[in-house]
Amino acid sequence: MATLKILVVDDEPGIRAGVDRILRNFKVDFPFMDELYDFSVLEAGTGEQGIEIIESDKPDIVLLDNKLPGIQGVEVLEYVRSKKYDIVVVMITSYASLELAVKATHDGAYDFIPKPFTPQELKSSLENITKQLYLKRMTRKMKNEGKQVRFQFLSVLSHELKAPLNAVEGYLGIMKERQLGPNFDDYNEIIDRSLKRLQGMRNLILDLLDLTKIESGKASQKVENCDLVAIARNSIDIMMPYAIQKDVEISLNAPEKLMKYADPDEMEIIFNNLISNAIKYNKDRGTVEIDLYEDNNNKKTTICVSDTGIGIKDEDKSLLFADFVRIKTAETKNIAGSGLGLSIVKKIVELNKGEISVGSVPDKGSVFTVILPDKFPSANE
Amino acid sequence: MKKTILIVDDDMDYLFQLRLKVEKFGFEVVTADSQREGEKVIESLKPDLAIFDLMMENEDSGFILSYKIKKKYPDVPVILATAVTSETGLSFDLSDDSNRSWIKADLVLDKGIRADQLEKEIKKLLKL
Repeated sequence: MATLKILVVDDEPGIRAGVDRILRNFKVDFPFMDELYDFSVLEAGTGEQGIEIIESDKPDIVLLDNKLPGIQGVEVLEYVRSKKYDIVVVMITSYASLELAVKATHDGAYDFIPKPFTPQELKSSLENITKQLYLKRMTRKMKNEGKQVRFQFLSVLSHELKAPLNAVEGYLGIMKERQLGPNFDDYNEIIDRSLKRLQGMRNLILDLLDLTKIESGKASQKVENCDLVAIARNSIDIMMPYAIQKDVEISLNAPEKLMKYADPDEMEIIFNNLISNAIKYNKDRGTVEIDLYEDNNNKKTTICVSDTGIGIKDEDKSLLFADFVRIKTAETKNIAGSGLGLSIVKKIVELNKGEISVGSVPDKGSVFTVILPDKFPSANE
Repeated sequence: MKKTILIVDDDMDYLFQLRLKVEKFGFEVVTADSQREGEKVIESLKPDLAIFDLMMENEDSGFILSYKIKKKYPDVPVILATAVTSETGLSFDLSDDSNRSWIKADLVLDKGIRADQLEKEIKKLLKL
């Protein structure tokens, strides 16, 4: 439960007490809000006192009578506006003249409540205000969080790019100073490590390019009628040297052709990432199975890639699709990866209004299933 | 007797290179390749100095390890070696009092530091 502070500025004690009584057990709830709102009432008998309370208690909402003994309501309104406070001001007036209404609205009053008002009138006005406040605050929060995510991404990225540079630089330094002695063969291992790190960096950069393409959005999608089976075969061909090296067998179960309107580049990224992961995290002499089929009823397309590898623990599954996440275990520690592959796949799948899921048994293997809707991408509809 | 230095870093290449450097300075080196392994080592071994990477399993693994080692052995000097510097916008500086109160390390060094500078800093912390 969250509480909004309401300041009532009115010289009639009866009005102030009335507002307090009406709101004592009043709660606002909308289905989209994650919590209930209730209200605590502060009271001021004059505009001057009102400003004091605005300064000391920072209320969320001010109910403001215009006719006050000292300074007038509109002056309090002007004060709130000049200070740029995030306060919703509602005027309560006994005779709402057009002139006053125009001036107050111009100065940022959100609503008018005529005096005398019924409890229901006050409540419905406050329901609207609460909704508006909630949405305004959520928008601001989401903007800030978006910035935060972006910032985190960049700082992790620069870390991931600098690490291989530092490693290679360090190895070159060791070679330059002949730190391992005069025998050139003694340097083979660090040369291999350097090459591996450079390869890793190249992969990271390629993944980043994919990611940028996706994030720049649908505008860059080039949708055409393409054959998913052909794309899958092409990916298998690309991955074959890697599979041979790891002694992993790949099989494809698919119809002759499976035509879809899709961006072939995106489909290739999905296949490449899922298949290369299935090889990478497999055991020697393991297998990778790719099932590709279309549901006869609803025309959904399913891509299913299963492996006989190290598997993923339940608690790690939720992390799997985030940027730069690599599940670190004794088995994965020597496997290179950018930590972007699955997050890219997920982004593409979501862009096409599809779903991705993973099932896995540690030490037995994992199954990644992508389901794409009949018509995708949605931009085509 | 040779002083023992604990190095914890999840980048196997950096770990290898740093070990080589620090051994050349004339120290005994013990390594661990994750925050978890580092914590295990600390349980049974009191090094004379520790060098921790900042980002390992957690983004703040180095801070956590610093905190834990200082709790167990308050007198062991700790160096945080990090590639995270001002250019990423994530900077921290131990000359700032508010940082000093929560970062339980004696020194924060950039990972690209030159060997001779590193040697100087280690010897200063060990009062050699």
